[in-house]
Amino acid sequence: MGRIVAGALAPHPPHLVYADNPEQNEPTAECGWETLRWGYERLRNDLEGIDYDTIVVFSPHWQTYVGTHFLGVPHFKSKSVDPIFPNLFRFNYDLTVDVPLAEAMCDHASRAGLVTKMMRNPDFRVDYGTIVSAHMTRPQWDKPIVSVSSNRSFHFYSAEVMQEQALTLGRATKAAIEASDRKVLLLASNSLSHRHFISEPAVPEDMSKEHIYNHHQYLWDMKIIEMLRKGDSRGVIDVMPEFVEQSMSEAESGSLSWLLSALDFPTYGAELHGFGTVIGTGNAVMSWKCPEEGK
Amino acid sequence: MSDVPNDGTPVHAMVVSGLPHILLCPEKNQGWTSLRDAYAEAREALEASGAELLVIYSTMWPSVIGHQIQAHPTPTWVHVDELFHDIGSMPYSFKIDTDFAHDWHANAGKRGLATRTVAYDGFPIDTGSIVALQLLTPNNEIPAVICSSNVYADRAETVVMGKALRDTIKASGKKVTVAVVMSMSNRFFTDWIDPADDRIHSQKDEEWNQKLLQFLGDGRLEDTAQLSRQIQQQIRVHKVVNFKPLWWLSSVMGQTNALTGKVHGYAPVHGSGSAVVSLWPAPGGVGDKEFDEDDVEQFQGDRDVLAT
Repeated sequence: MGRIVAGALAPHPPHLVYADNPEQNEPTAECGWETLRWGYERLRNDLEGIDYDTIVVFSPHWQTYVGTHFLGVPHFKSKSVDPIFPNLFRFNYDLTVDVPLAEAMCDHASRAGLVTKMMRNPDFRVDYGTIVSAHMTRPQWDKPIVSVSSNRSFHFYSAEVMQEQALTLGRATKAAIEASDRKVLLLASNSLSHRHFISEPAVPEDMSKEHIYNHHQYLWDMKIIEMLRKGDSRGVIDVMPEFVEQSMSEAESGSLSWLLSALDFPTYGAELHGFGTVIGTGNAVMSWKCPEEGK
Repeated sequence: MSDVPNDGTPVHAMVVSGLPHILLCPEKNQGWTSLRDAYAEAREALEASGAELLVIYSTMWPSVIGHQIQAHPTPTWVHVDELFHDIGSMPYSFKIDTDFAHDWHANAGKRGLATRTVAYDGFPIDTGSIVALQLLTPNNEIPAVICSSNVYADRAETVVMGKALRDTIKASGKKVTVAVVMSMSNRFFTDWIDPADDRIHSQKDEEWNQKLLQFLGDGRLEDTAQLSRQIQQQIRVHKVVNFKPLWWLSSVMGQTNALTGKVHGYAPVHGSGSAVVSLWPAPGGVGDKEFDEDDVEQFQGDRDVLAT
């Protein structure tokens, strides 16, 4: 029987890959966003002792207004250029997809009443949110992934509808994994507060220019982090509509609600590996090791 | 359709849909076929205008660091739409007027805007721009420039971006056609449909679309721009802060109703309203208009109205 071995809040600012200077990325940086990059390093170290087969990423940057989509092609090799920050992220990727698990997740989600679609077009370019979160968590690229799109029900309907669908998708994800033989790591690829500065320093990694967009956003970020650290995941679900509306949070994608649902609303505290801002947005790297994995 | 003095006014303007069904599978629905035919008419109008350049403002290319302007001389890729990936791939190679792109960027800066040009191999040109360029200038007969829609911009920034384009057209001396890539109502069905069953998502959306088409057909472009906030409230899914393309288009065309309009086609695509419309400067067109917001020449940026 398969199981979820851990979950993580794994935000995807392309700045983190840029500042890490992996060989796959064309631009290079001197430094930058260390508190988050070191946070990812701590996450990687924390995951070293855990055996897992597949990484499942829920990405806010694969945006689908009709249903939830799943990558369904076994292998992708191409270049991802960030449409917002092309000066920072031009990443040559070569990745494999756990198609059987993706199909099982898609099937369980459909049976739970969600609109779904498998993505079978081999020319498809994998979104940069999936790539950044997967790379920062496992830069070896030696595990297959499943990428899940964000159905934009928050924009189409409301935060409440988004939440209902994300919680349903989380339960379907858990059921699909348990019905498989996979040990799986789940990643919610979102920032917390998500208001950007609309200009960029001449040197993008100039950290003298980096700070939270405003105090209000910071208060929300700290509140959510503190609740998650204390194991109050149900409370986070309860305040999610206010959080996403008042802080412009990228959790509006459904990714954090999905993760907490798939983890069955952990009452144990999440480990905070790092917090930092990226062009004004609030980002936390946090993880939940499932109890049977020796939290 | 007459020549006009080069005060920066384009010779021709268009409103076009950017949904991939029109390019990839028009035969699957009668309405999609009619939109493909409408694009063919618009292409004839573009060629007849004598335009030397096609400038596109795409609502399907979002940006954060101000507006972005495509400046790669030959952007080339095989694109797949992130939502409608099952209807096919879109190989493309376009011809961009890079000098014009850089000049527009410079003129935007003079008017206080934060913009930047982008010129990177593999940069993802958006679905809407690909559909429009492939159907309007399939062999790159007319070079293009593409501009993003800045998600944080509201009216002032958008209007000034249009005026910066007028500055650039005037300085270039070129005949220019401008096009906005946009839907009318943009509410999709949230489930898959048989293409034969496509229709506008709601009667309310249909009625608003018809009112907009009536105005555009009458050449009342500035009147539609004045309705932008109402359009956002009534028939748009709120993906961005406001409905901006008609602000931009009217600004570029001189904020006027003195235009001649022609609706080449209108049909639903997966529940949303798609249209192809042409507008030409025509002194003596419908002149009545009511401005309820200030005109703006220079973008002042955030004014820190809450700071003490």
